[in-house]
Amino acid sequence: MTTIEQYGKFDTAWCPGCGNFGILNALKQALVACDLAPHQVLLVSGIGQAAKTPHYLNANVFNGLHGRGLPAATGAKLANSELTVIAESGDGCMYGEGGNHFLAALRRNLDITILVHDNQVYGLTKGQASPTSDQGFVTKTQPHGAPSAAFNPVAVAVAMGTSFVARGFAGIPDQLADLIAQAIRHRGTALVDILQPCVSFNPVNTFKWYKDRCYELPAEYDPTDRDVARRTAAEFGERIPLGVLYRHDKPLFEEHFDALKQGPLHRQEVSRTAFRQVLEQYR
Amino acid sequence: MPQDINIVIGGEAGQGLVTIGQLLSKALVRAGYEILITQSYHSRIRGGHNTFAIRTGTVPFHGPRDTIELLVALNAETVALHQGELASQGLIIADAAFAPDSAAAVAVPFKELGPEKFWNTAALGLIGNLLGLPADLLFAGVEATLGKKHPEALAINREVLDHGYQWAATRITARHFTLAGGIAGGNRLMLHGNEAIALGALAGGVKFCAFYPMTPSTSVVLSLIAHADLMGCVIEQAEDEIAAINMAIGAAFAGAPSMVATSGGGYALMTEGVSLAGMTETPVLLVVAQRPGPATGLPTRTEQGDLDFVLHGGHGEFPRAIFAPGDLEACYRLTQRALATAERYQTPVFLLTDQFLADSSRAIAPFDPEQIAPVKAGADPASAKAPYRRYAITENGISPRLLPGVSEHLVVADSDEHYEDGHITEEQPVRIAMVEKRLRKFAGMKEEVLAPQHEGTPDAELLLVCWGSTKGPVLEAAAILREQGKKVATLHFAQVWPLIPEQFLDLLGSASKVVCIEGNATGQFARLLRRESGFALPHRVLRYDGLPFTAQYIIDQLGQVPAQGENP
Repeated sequence: MTTIEQYGKFDTAWCPGCGNFGILNALKQALVACDLAPHQVLLVSGIGQAAKTPHYLNANVFNGLHGRGLPAATGAKLANSELTVIAESGDGCMYGEGGNHFLAALRRNLDITILVHDNQVYGLTKGQASPTSDQGFVTKTQPHGAPSAAFNPVAVAVAMGTSFVARGFAGIPDQLADLIAQAIRHRGTALVDILQPCVSFNPVNTFKWYKDRCYELPAEYDPTDRDVARRTAAEFGERIPLGVLYRHDKPLFEEHFDALKQGPLHRQEVSRTAFRQVLEQYR
Repeated sequence: MPQDINIVIGGEAGQGLVTIGQLLSKALVRAGYEILITQSYHSRIRGGHNTFAIRTGTVPFHGPRDTIELLVALNAETVALHQGELASQGLIIADAAFAPDSAAAVAVPFKELGPEKFWNTAALGLIGNLLGLPADLLFAGVEATLGKKHPEALAINREVLDHGYQWAATRITARHFTLAGGIAGGNRLMLHGNEAIALGALAGGVKFCAFYPMTPSTSVVLSLIAHADLMGCVIEQAEDEIAAINMAIGAAFAGAPSMVATSGGGYALMTEGVSLAGMTETPVLLVVAQRPGPATGLPTRTEQGDLDFVLHGGHGEFPRAIFAPGDLEACYRLTQRALATAERYQTPVFLLTDQFLADSSRAIAPFDPEQIAPVKAGADPASAKAPYRRYAITENGISPRLLPGVSEHLVVADSDEHYEDGHITEEQPVRIAMVEKRLRKFAGMKEEVLAPQHEGTPDAELLLVCWGSTKGPVLEAAAILREQGKKVATLHFAQVWPLIPEQFLDLLGSASKVVCIEGNATGQFARLLRRESGFALPHRVLRYDGLPFTAQYIIDQLGQVPAQGENP
């Protein structure tokens, strides 16, 4: 049995009161709930305060470029499908710089989990609007208010038929841990958009702001009903639903590759007999 | 008497000139002749003026030729554009409808030979007869290509092929281009440069490739995909080149020897990833097939204009190696060497080619599948001590690289500066130690650099320096000049980075005159040589019109080489 102690305790570079602390704890609890040992897990991140999370627990880590966590996670999962691959970064990294990769990842449906720390603002670069900032959100770089409409990641994910779509809140850690555990166990690409306050740069979407608006989906909510999921995922404003918004099974991307039927690529020797057959085709 | 016949088939894209060309080439190879194919095409799916050139005969060819013995014109435009390149006694084979009024023209009544859909086959029979190839050998190629997909079309194809063959036998009296018996074995492989690279990649152990299609690199990946299931490879078409390089790095981190293939614009998008590979010390092979820039440039033509860019693309300081194969054999061999170098030094390594080499085919001696040495990713976890430190400081800068998930050791890689255990830091002593560790790997790489290949006498009156695909035309030009009694030597670089002056400085110094020959407008390699060795090469033959070098072009230009000042 895996214990939470195996995931260790580390000093962080986060601001006191940051939502990242709750997300980190929830992630550790979820990994323990899934009985995954640290060496079975690969955390892949981009750049930003959220993207530092993998440094603060014991696991394999690939901390890559801003916006490019998902392609690196995709490559790693294809190379070794035995790894539990979790891509984790912030809203700017996943939905802004990496927006094209986000859409492509949802289309692929690899068996990976995508955790997005969504505080509706750029923190590490000190307070610019992010793709999920509310339209009109005032910052030093958008003094007249963010001119673009906010990106709704869960609505887009449901519209694209993503295999598992959930939203959590850093302020409700038990539910969040459960959502992350469900996402990891789900066979297919699982997105968890995680709302969190930024105590330094987002004076609007505060802990209280989220607390007043978030509600947990009722027990009778059917996450397999796509029409209901579409309507529910579109809801963001006075009321914000939390929980598994949409879930369905579909074929895994990995199944399209003959080579992956033989297990991780590093274990597969190059066959001289096969190579001889290849050469024959050029005679 | 060695034979050297240049056949150019011209027409619009979609007219089937590549099909005729390939079938004819296969038959020539099977009959034991040497071939060299060069293709010229526009960036469009149909229309435009395209050519498929086959230089064939009884001696090996290393570059294309300007003059044409047999011009096979599928449309009137081909006649107009290439009539002037006809050699003495050269023939123009064209449909009677647009054949020019010239003694060199053979007006063929294709309408009488078969239905229009099969005129290609008629042309194949006709040219085959003219060259002296047996009809059965020509048809064997048609059978192999069509047999599986359209068995019902075989009979009519045979009939039309025979009509073309017979028409030529009875109606064409000019028979200057009948080939004597073939000399080479029939056991050869017919490959273009990109196929040779793909085979080298498979032999070298590549298990993963991500790409975004870009001419002229795409056929590297097409060839890999054709063998992916048999060879156990995963090939993924990424959403863009940024994704492609990051996927390859992720896959390499997790244990799959990985590569990408692209051209200048795609490489531009990959450069941050190149830097990531340098920082995370992840082995990755980048195949960059050059085409003329800037921006979209001439998408289907050739140039050697991205040497500076490939050498410097990627921010920060980290070691890299750049191989520039000069022929198909080197494409195969150096792709394997590049993969091994990337794995050993855990850093990005490049194979720099161009459209000419990518698309140019020859028949070559078969590769030996027993001689391959595929790379094995990662180190043995049994010898690692806990806690494992991915970036352990070592004397040669190489830290044993474990793969994640293979043992209980945790593998941490970071694009930020990091401690030995891979975790993020900004501590200055660590920063300094890590910079120096990464750069120490470069010392090892320098010891393994391929020496440039020198041919001819050291005290030559003229030394021709070249790199990459310019090798063949330069060797041919040197041979022609030697026949004219000149003391000419050549120096070809198949590895253009790092450069080791001790390997070549004496040779540069002992020749009376040194001329650098390269396919760009600013003499990038000449400038790089000067920067690294101090030896100035003011005499240059450059080409940047999108076409490959030929021996004749080089000889013509050598006659008027002024010393050039430093370029911008």
